[in-house]
Order: sequence, then C-alpha cells, then structure tokens
Amino acid sequence: MKTPETPAFECETGNYHTFCPISCVAWLYQKIEDSFSLVVGTKTCGYFLQNALGVMIFAEPRYAMAELEEGDISAQSNDQKELEKICLQIRDDRNPSVIIWIGTCTTEIIKMDLEGIAPKLERQIGIPIVVARANGLDYAFTQGEDTVLAAMAHRCPEYKWCETNSKRQDQSGRIRVNTTSNNKITSQKSELTGSNLVLFGSLPSSVASQLNSELKRQSILISGWLPSQKYDELPGLGGDVYVCGVNPFLSRTATTLMRRRKCQLIGAPFPIGPDGTRAWIEKICSVFNIKPDGLEEKENRIWKNIEDYIRVVTGKSVFFMGDNLLEISLARFLIRCGMIVYEIGIPYMDRRYQAAELLLLQHTCIKMKTPVPRIVEKPDNYGQVQRMHELKPHLAITGMAHANPLEARNIDTKWSVEFTFAQIHGSGNARDILELVTRPLRCKGGLTSGSRSLSKQTTII
Amino acid sequence: MKLAHRMYAGPAHIGTLRVASSFRNVHAIMHAPLGDDHFNVMRSMSERERDFTPVTASVVDRHVLARGSRDKVVSNISRKDEEQRPDLIVLTPTCTSSILQEDLQNFVDRASLYSESDVILADVNHYRVNELQASDKTLEQIVRHYLDRAREEGSSNQSLTDAPSANIIGISTPGFHNQHDCRELKRLLRESGVSINQIIPEGEFLRNLKDLPRAWFNTVPYREMGLMAATFLEKEYGMPHLSTTPIGISNTADFIVQIEKLLNLWAPVLLRKKLNYDLYVENQTKFVSQAAWFSKSIDCQNLAGKEAAVSGDATHAASITKILVGEMGIRVSCSGTYCKHDAERFNEQVRGLCDEVIITEDHTEVGDTIARIEPSVIFGTQMERHIGKRIDIPCGVISSPVHIQNFPLGYRPFLGYEGTNQISDLIYNSFNLGMEDHSLDVFGGHDTKGISTKSLSTDKKNIDWAPEAESEPKRIPGFVRGKIKRNTEIFAKQNNISEITVDVTYAAKERSSP
Repeated sequence: MKTPETPAFECETGNYHTFCPISCVAWLYQKIEDSFSLVVGTKTCGYFLQNALGVMIFAEPRYAMAELEEGDISAQSNDQKELEKICLQIRDDRNPSVIIWIGTCTTEIIKMDLEGIAPKLERQIGIPIVVARANGLDYAFTQGEDTVLAAMAHRCPEYKWCETNSKRQDQSGRIRVNTTSNNKITSQKSELTGSNLVLFGSLPSSVASQLNSELKRQSILISGWLPSQKYDELPGLGGDVYVCGVNPFLSRTATTLMRRRKCQLIGAPFPIGPDGTRAWIEKICSVFNIKPDGLEEKENRIWKNIEDYIRVVTGKSVFFMGDNLLEISLARFLIRCGMIVYEIGIPYMDRRYQAAELLLLQHTCIKMKTPVPRIVEKPDNYGQVQRMHELKPHLAITGMAHANPLEARNIDTKWSVEFTFAQIHGSGNARDILELVTRPLRCKGGLTSGSRSLSKQTTII
Repeated sequence: MKLAHRMYAGPAHIGTLRVASSFRNVHAIMHAPLGDDHFNVMRSMSERERDFTPVTASVVDRHVLARGSRDKVVSNISRKDEEQRPDLIVLTPTCTSSILQEDLQNFVDRASLYSESDVILADVNHYRVNELQASDKTLEQIVRHYLDRAREEGSSNQSLTDAPSANIIGISTPGFHNQHDCRELKRLLRESGVSINQIIPEGEFLRNLKDLPRAWFNTVPYREMGLMAATFLEKEYGMPHLSTTPIGISNTADFIVQIEKLLNLWAPVLLRKKLNYDLYVENQTKFVSQAAWFSKSIDCQNLAGKEAAVSGDATHAASITKILVGEMGIRVSCSGTYCKHDAERFNEQVRGLCDEVIITEDHTEVGDTIARIEPSVIFGTQMERHIGKRIDIPCGVISSPVHIQNFPLGYRPFLGYEGTNQISDLIYNSFNLGMEDHSLDVFGGHDTKGISTKSLSTDKKNIDWAPEAESEPKRIPGFVRGKIKRNTEIFAKQNNISEITVDVTYAAKERSSP
C-alpha cells in the first residue's frame, strides 16, 4: 500500500451543513458562571438557538437575543440607545460580571459598530462588555468559541502586574481553578514549575481539572485557564507566559495571544485520545525542559483498558463529513484505534495552528500502515453523500441533518455534535470517545439482519 | 430592538421551507449564510424523516458581501437542476437577503432560462411576516403559479368531478399532528361520501395542481396555512371553502353540516338527490366518539368548574377552549394565542367562553398570566409545558411550537371523531396527574420513598473521602453518580488506598473496566 508523505488537502464548494457559530453561547454561558451572552441578531438566530439547544433554553439561561426589528435595520432607531435599554434590563435582572455581545450576520451587513458602542456603554452601565463577531458569514460552529475567547484575551490582566501586586489573589485564584490542588500535595511538591503556563479552550470544569492533574503529575502547575470559571479570575498574560490550546478550533485565539498579548504558543497535538494526550503533555514538558515521567506506561495502560472497544472498531471504516473542526484529532485517534478513515471533511483548516496535530496524524498513519486520508476543506455535502455511496463506510460521522437519511440508506451514523458536548479530552476520557463511536456499531449487533432491512429506504438517490 | 428569550412562530423562511419541502419533488434554495439551514435538522430529527430534506443553501459569505452573489445563486440553481431534476426550485430569501437587497428576481429569471425545473422566488419579507403567514403566502403563490400557467396553456380542467370531492389545503411538514389529522380528515370526508381530490402541499406533485378546481369544495383544517390559497381558488374559480376546524364534537358536527350544505348546492343536479348527514353525525357522536359519553360520566363531573389556561396557535387554542367550556364544563380563566395577525377572529371565537383573552407573542407575558391565575391545568405549547414545570402545574400540549415528542409514532389525530377521543384522554390525563400529585403532597408522598436510597457499599466506613474528592462525583450527572462512586471505592479497596483524593477518582476512572 502506498503511503503518501504528506496529507492531501482539497477544498470544495463550502455547501455543507453545520451549526451557526452563535451556538457557542450554549456552552460558554455555562462555563463562565457570571457572564451573560446577548446575541444581537434576528428572529432567524433566535429560532436556531431555541431549536438547537432544545431543553437548555427552558432552564433560565443566561443568554438572550437582542432581536433586531425593521426600525433597527433602516437605522430609524439609535443602536446605542436600544442596546443601552436592553443591557440595563439585563443588569437589573441578572447582575452579571460581564456581558458578551455576539455579533451576527445582520450586524455585519448593516455595519453596526458593536466594538465602538461597547466601551461607551461599558462606562455608562459599569459592566464590562466583550464583543465577539461569531457570525455565519465568516465562521462555522465551534469557531464561535474562538471569536469569544479571542475577544476575552484582551481582557486578561497583565502577567507582571499579577506577579508583583496581587500574588495572594493569584494564589487563591489558582486554587480555585485547580480544584485538585490538595493542600498536602502542594506543600510536598513545592518545586512545581511552569506556573506561567496558561491553557486556552473552554472545557467542563471536571475535564479541566483532569488535565490540570495530568500536568501536575509532571510537576507542571498551570497559572490559569482562558476562559476561567469566573470572569474576574481571567489569567494574567504577557511576554513571559506560555500558552497552549486544548481544542483544534482556537486558531484566532492563539493568534491573538501571540500577536497582541506577546505570549509564547506551544504548538502541540490536542489532548484528545491517549495518544494525543501523551503527545500534548510531552510537548509541554519539552518546553519547560522536564523529562516526562511514566507517560508511556500510562498510555499503554489506557490502550489496554479500552481493548474491548478497540476490538469493535478495528478494521471498520469511517467517513467524517466535517462540521466542528475536531475532525483531524478524532480521525488521528480512530486511526490509532485501527480504523480506516476514508475522508476527513473539515470546515476550516489552519495548517499552522494544527501543524503538530497534522504531523501526529501522519506518524499515526505510518505506524498503523494506512494511507493518509484526504482532508477536504469546506466540503460539499452532496458530493460527500455520492462518495459515501461508493465507499460504503461502516460509519459516517455527520450532522443531524444527514443522520436519519443516511441510516435509512444503511450507513451507520454518529452525530458529530455529541463530540462537542461530550467529555473527550485527557487520557481518562478515551473510553467516552469510543463509547460514542461504537454506539451505532454496537446497536447494529443487537438487531437481526432481517429486521434491519425493514428500515432500509427503497428509493435510490 | 427587543430583548427576547424564546419565540412562538419562527422566521418567515421556515414557513416557505415547510411548504416547499412538503410538495413532492420541489427543492428550496435558501439565500443564506452558513448555519441557517437548521430547518434540515428540525425536519430530519423531529419528523424522523428518512429522506434528505430538499433544502440547500446558496451560501452568503464575505465574498458575497463584498461583491454581491453574482453568478453564485444562478449556478447553484442550475446545479441543483442537473443533480436532482426537481419540478420546481423555490429560491427562499432570509433575513440576510432582506437587507442585502440583491435582485433575487433577476437571478430567478436568468436561472429559469437554462434550467429544466421551474424556478420561482418566494414572495415573503422577513421583517413583515412570520413563519405561519409566510407558509400561507407561499402556498398561495405556488398554487396561483401553476393554475395561471395551466390557464395560459389551456390545460386547466375546471369540470367538477362526477362524485362529490374535496381538496384538503394546509397539511404540511412539520406541522402539529398533521399526518394523523390528515388521515382522520380523509376518513371523515370519505364516510360522508366525499372523495379526496387533492391534498396540498403534503405529498402532492405540482403537475397535478391544474386539477385542483375539479373538487366541489376546499377544506382548510388550520387557519394558519391554506386560507390564502382557498380564498384565491374561491375568487378565481368559484370554489367554496370550509374553514371550520373539526376539532371537538360540536365543531365536527358543524363541519359536517356545512359539508352537507355545500354538497346540496350541486347534489340535486349532479346526483339527483339531496344529502342528509343527521344520522351519520348522531351515530358517530354516540358510538365512534366516546367524548360525548365521557362528558356525562362521573370522571368528567369531577372536573367541572376546575380552572384551566389555554394558549397556542389560533386554530388549536380556540377549539380547545370551546371543548373545555362547551363539552366538559371546565372553566377557562384565560385563553390566548400568539397569532396576532388573526386576533380579531380569535376574539370572536372565544368571546364569552373565558374570563380573559391574551394575544401576545411574548412568552413571559403568558407565563406571568398563568402564574397569576394559578389554574389547575394548562393546555398550551412546549413553552407552556415548561412554564408549568416551573410552577408545578400540569400541562397538555395542544399546539406548535413542537418538540420531538409531539411526533408520536402511534395514531394521535386531533381532528374528527377519533380526535375527540384523543383530546378527552389528553385533558383527563393532565388533570388526573395534577390531582394525584396534589394528594401525594397531602399524604406525604409515596410510602416507598425511604427504600429508594440505596447504600453505596457495605463497608463504607473503611474508606474516607477527602473533601475535594467528595465534591468530584457531584459534577457527574445524578443517574450515574452512584455507580461511579461505587467503582471508585472498589478501586480504592483493591489498591489498599484508605483515603480517596481527587487523583484517586481520576485513576479509578482511567482503570475502570466495563
């Protein structure tokens, strides 16, 4: 089998299905506990949020729409006055520590100057206002988080200032972020290094503390996360600070941290799967001149622990339609698990930010003796479905718009959105990824082949 | 600008897409940014649709913003024309195209020169109409388009069918219980000796639309979609239409009386007899529908005078209000609809039946009203169901906006005589559960409560949980927490660990075997 040296990149029409990037409010408002997200857009945006977030919308969410009406579009009403009215209402009802304005397609098109209005209103109402343009003109799904974090990066305090003036505050913040920093351990390992490392990417707090503890095992204590649990706990940033991403879709944030905050970016594969987690820790260790301890042994243990799942997936083929930018990392992990990846669709591919991940993908392919899959940027869903009919993959990882129709055509599917919300980072969560991937494959085992054919679609497309 | 959390009716393009994707072999192309094709998810998930939703986007991105769509829309139309050969491509404007003000009609004209498919531009304005109004408008537009063309070509057929027949207008995807209602309505008509000429838009081919005028009359079961098309057919082709919704016993009887009247306009000439449905109505009411008997039974007497609040689209809210008051003796404290455009008619329908009429698109206003009234039960949409959850009042869902659970696999019509049975069950069960809950409160809950707290492990005393670690399982969803706690303790025992720290919980997770 011929193994090409580098992955082949292709770019299609961009006619694909994905979530609108404003969906990031769904997880960000939960992550940043004292924030309020205000999506400045139309009924279309509101309807999407309401339907996409299903149950969550009924749980008194800390987000809302500033719904634009005809008067706003034709500039009959004053944007600043209107936004002021709404933000005062939010302040009185919820009293958040920060209001995040999410700009949408409409505010782009009518050129509403959100970045200009925000500082004025901020002074007026006394609550910080962060502006992120998470619109469907420019971005896809998870990139919404990227725009918010990039905007948030400007609000982080200066690192030096943190060190000298508020050492105590920094210390307490660290403990709060580091829920794992058991007092006993901190005092024992007083020689912990790397306290000027900031990790960026929004993860559920339990996953964040799992990663913290994995690094702590290598004597690396991180100085904070972007985003933090609370807005006023944002980590200090500056020229001496190293930053490292935990998600593949954070390229704007990485760029902002490097160019605007002068941080030093550690380009590493992402801690998804035991292989990715190990490579991620090794890369960070190498930056701090630490010899990683017990990583290989630990990785082997994890692989051994997921053997039962690996038996299910080995030799099976998978097709990523592409909609959330996690695709490269997931494909790399699944190839390592013995799967054959036919195609990696991906909305947007930042080859610099994902360089280390791409390299690991290449090495993994060589190691597992499989060809490097084609990577299709801005895929065309119609073409992909045609290709899938030829390739007949065992599993398609796809959005919900295509899942049921593909199932009806006898192609097993896994909804890609679940990977965004499930806990997939760190070595401990490898099982959870495979749990998701194998679910449709295990489901199939339960039904006899006869009953399966009943659900098959008869029309040929 | 207004602060909004939720909305009842969707944006205009959703209405257009509902109509387009209900017809057979029609494709809609949205002029919209990436991510606006969420309609496909809704249709594929809620309705568990087996086919790909015939909706794609001609994506509006930065380049379009800078230079205009140029050939993009036209080439997307031609491409879809070649790929799937639809009979009609509906170019669908969104909020974005409303402000870009590109000449979409020009794109349509250019595209129709080359494509085999017909191409039209949906004539809806995002900022003026909502989902329901847009669906009404688009349906009329398509009907008008094909009938006008048939007339031009001389292929329209206006001769009445020999036997009495009717069109059903306004059954669509993903409408609230539409599929079941349609089946029930067909049965109702067939049993009245009326055959079905056509059902639009659901499942109909456009080439058949030219035969629409052959029916003796049109029925529009829901006021939200189909009235414009029916009015057009009445004006241009002299077809009478029925806009009575046969929900509930009296409405259904009324519906049949009106059919009788309409049929008797032609029956003496064409069938040489006069039709009379009195006996049919009586038999159905007595024997097929259990609702009339139910309202006499002791169960229903228990409900008399209980208070209810009703909210939903104009059709369902008005009909349910009528049933509650007229057929079951329940007091409706407040009845409301979010169909502001149909307010006048709604007021007329519920006048005298309820204490308060509330017409608003603002769900907080509805929520506040319900909280103030504190009815024993709510009949509303998914929104009201959640309002009910928060203030502990049971709720029966009677109208869209819907949720996947409003697309039951079993047969659940709201219309016709079987519909009356379903509605009686819905009403009775909502009340009953509320009563049950209430008596549980009074008597101190289920007496099994004490047993339900399972102990985690037998010798828990040997293992201590460090305070931080103790909080760790609390982050785990409740239903798996016990299992994870147990596994951690087993792991600790196996490894002779006396105190469970956070690190131990992670180690346990990593090593836990299935």
